[in-house]
Amino acid sequence: MESSSRQPAGFSDSKPRAPGRVVRYGGGLRALSLATLAVMTAGLALVFFYAPLEAEQGFLQKIFYVHVPLAIVSLCGFVLGGLFAIQHLRTRDQRWDMRSYVAIHMSLIFGVGTLITGSIWAKGSWGHWWVWNEPTLVSFLIVFLLYATYQPLRFAIEDPERQARYASVFAITAGAFVPMNFIAVRLSTAYLHPRVLGGTSNLPAPMALTFVVCLVAMALLYTTMFKYELTAKHTRAQLRALRRRLAGEDAPAGLSRARTAAPTLQPPATIGAGAAGRPG
Amino acid sequence: MPALEVDGLARHYGEREALGGVSLTLEEGQTLVVFGPNGAGKTTLLRVLASLLRPHAGRVRVLGCELPQEAWKVRGRVGLLGHEPLLYRELTARENLRYHARLHGVGEERIGELLRALAIADRCDEPLRTLSRGMVQRVAVARAVLHEPPLLLLDEPHSNLDPAAVELVAPLIGARSPCTRVICSHDPGGGLAEADLVLGLRAGRPVLLRAAGEVRAPDIAELYR
Amino acid sequence: MRRTVAALLRKELLVELRTLESVPGMSLFAVTTFVVFHFALNRSSVDGDLAAGILWVTLLFAAILGVNRLFVADADQGGFDGFLLAPVDRSALLVAKAITLLAYIVVLELVAVPAFALLLLGPPLGQALPDLLGVLALADVGVAAIGTLVAALAVRTRARDLLGPLLALPLLVPIVIGGARATSPLLALAHPGAPAPRWLLTLGLYDLVFGLIAYAVFDFLLED
Repeated sequence: MESSSRQPAGFSDSKPRAPGRVVRYGGGLRALSLATLAVMTAGLALVFFYAPLEAEQGFLQKIFYVHVPLAIVSLCGFVLGGLFAIQHLRTRDQRWDMRSYVAIHMSLIFGVGTLITGSIWAKGSWGHWWVWNEPTLVSFLIVFLLYATYQPLRFAIEDPERQARYASVFAITAGAFVPMNFIAVRLSTAYLHPRVLGGTSNLPAPMALTFVVCLVAMALLYTTMFKYELTAKHTRAQLRALRRRLAGEDAPAGLSRARTAAPTLQPPATIGAGAAGRPG
Repeated sequence: MPALEVDGLARHYGEREALGGVSLTLEEGQTLVVFGPNGAGKTTLLRVLASLLRPHAGRVRVLGCELPQEAWKVRGRVGLLGHEPLLYRELTARENLRYHARLHGVGEERIGELLRALAIADRCDEPLRTLSRGMVQRVAVARAVLHEPPLLLLDEPHSNLDPAAVELVAPLIGARSPCTRVICSHDPGGGLAEADLVLGLRAGRPVLLRAAGEVRAPDIAELYR
Repeated sequence: MRRTVAALLRKELLVELRTLESVPGMSLFAVTTFVVFHFALNRSSVDGDLAAGILWVTLLFAAILGVNRLFVADADQGGFDGFLLAPVDRSALLVAKAITLLAYIVVLELVAVPAFALLLLGPPLGQALPDLLGVLALADVGVAAIGTLVAALAVRTRARDLLGPLLALPLLVPIVIGGARATSPLLALAHPGAPAPRWLLTLGLYDLVFGLIAYAVFDFLLED
């Protein structure tokens, strides 16, 4: 898997570049993967062997080291998706849309993880598979339900350029919604149960250290998976461009792929057909 | 200053090329007629010139304004008559025209003038859905020329019009009008007669670009094969 | 800008008066929903939290009906092109449509709130009415801003009637939270109180943030 980091020479992506300049999207992927593996192992070791057992909740409390980092990274990912979307609307460069899509996609996956681990924690702590008095979990559910509409929205628009633009508008609105929603839900949740996470300042040192390591591990995991998916998509786009070049005049005129929710990248063939330079 | 300067215009729809390598120059007062089979990119070209679509590559200058940076200067100086009449069916012809007049800052007298010129004055206060397609097309023509634009973009303007109606719209959008015109047409005979410049498109690419005098009907028929 | 908004509003009013496709439907839906709630909850009278909840859910769903219809006439007939070709500020369309949606919701509330007081509400509304109207007004602005944005997003997609509500409902949850929590002391059976300021602040903040965002991104939805 890690060996797919090199791109065939001579191919460029959507922006016209000097011929012969290689674009390597997979660059650094191997190093990143190794780093992630290392930190995750360290984190797991700390969780199981170093962090003390919490008085009230016992062993179950350790899921907190997975649940909360998942939540934080996921939320940051959603906001990141919004930031990439702003860049897309500003520069009209499809690559930002690709980054926005992958960021949101990854965050949704991490979001599912958050909800599942949260539910397990709730069952263990309070006896129910779902509780409404945990603001993180509840905010999450709402945010998740919102972002779950991202792909159906994209799928419902056929024109790829408009699909990207509308998706970016959504990502920006939803990205602003995340903190807003958090505030509102926080305010409305009755503080019946003392929450374990009030900030790392409340935690005793060993727990704080474990938590921070796990958070870093989760962030690294997100970044690695983000890069992987981005690289895979770029590779596929360039493969399609190559196929089209080979097909030459016989290339089918219509859209050769079925309707898709994922963004596509422009093959180099259409750019530079006339005067050089892209309009704004 | 030419009314239109297009150089290497390209626009794609996903991975498909909707327009590629279109270059032409059109002087003020001249008429460009665009031929081509369905899906060739005629409507796309018209919409790019109207500033409704951004060019993805190449340069486009309409009435001296660079698109898309100066698109806002072009609005209000272009009249577009497309496949859709762009009118609300529940409103009357007068109400529709009034709405557009207000958007363009045009006075009420111009509406009355056009209603009379196009012989729809007697039915101008009935909802559009009660009018025939021919009459609706006439109202659409009125909408397109309401603000007296120097550039007219016409997509098959005579569709749904009987010969009498064609005569009525002629002073506004026909050869006798002083405007610069770009017309998409499927009619080689009529189209060639009005053209100063002829563009033939196939699959988004320009396969024919000549002064009207050098083009004959069989050349146009070639495009459709 | 003001002239453009006025021209747009005139057109909206005319189309709505001719077709009557939004406001009567929304109002009727609200009243019917109250009846459904009566049977679903098996209660003849509600107060406090329950009353606030029923009122807000009903208003929300009825508002979404209006959101669904907001741009349909433009997308299907008038076409955005007519507006896009005019030498006007494009944000005027957002302002005009948001004002239109706000107006629809206000008319909806003029019908729904008395109907609610009549059919389901236990305690009398008299004293709490000014506060209630204030909360409703604050919330309506937020619903109008987000509703217009979502309507513009959804109208030119394939599943427009489905995507509208799917997008709008999660986005409007903070409004429901703020609105319902603010309203529930107003509708309490014993000792009706005033809405807590924090909820009014939540609503106000929401209106501000999403009003600005809608204004910033709307233009990008209009291009082709």
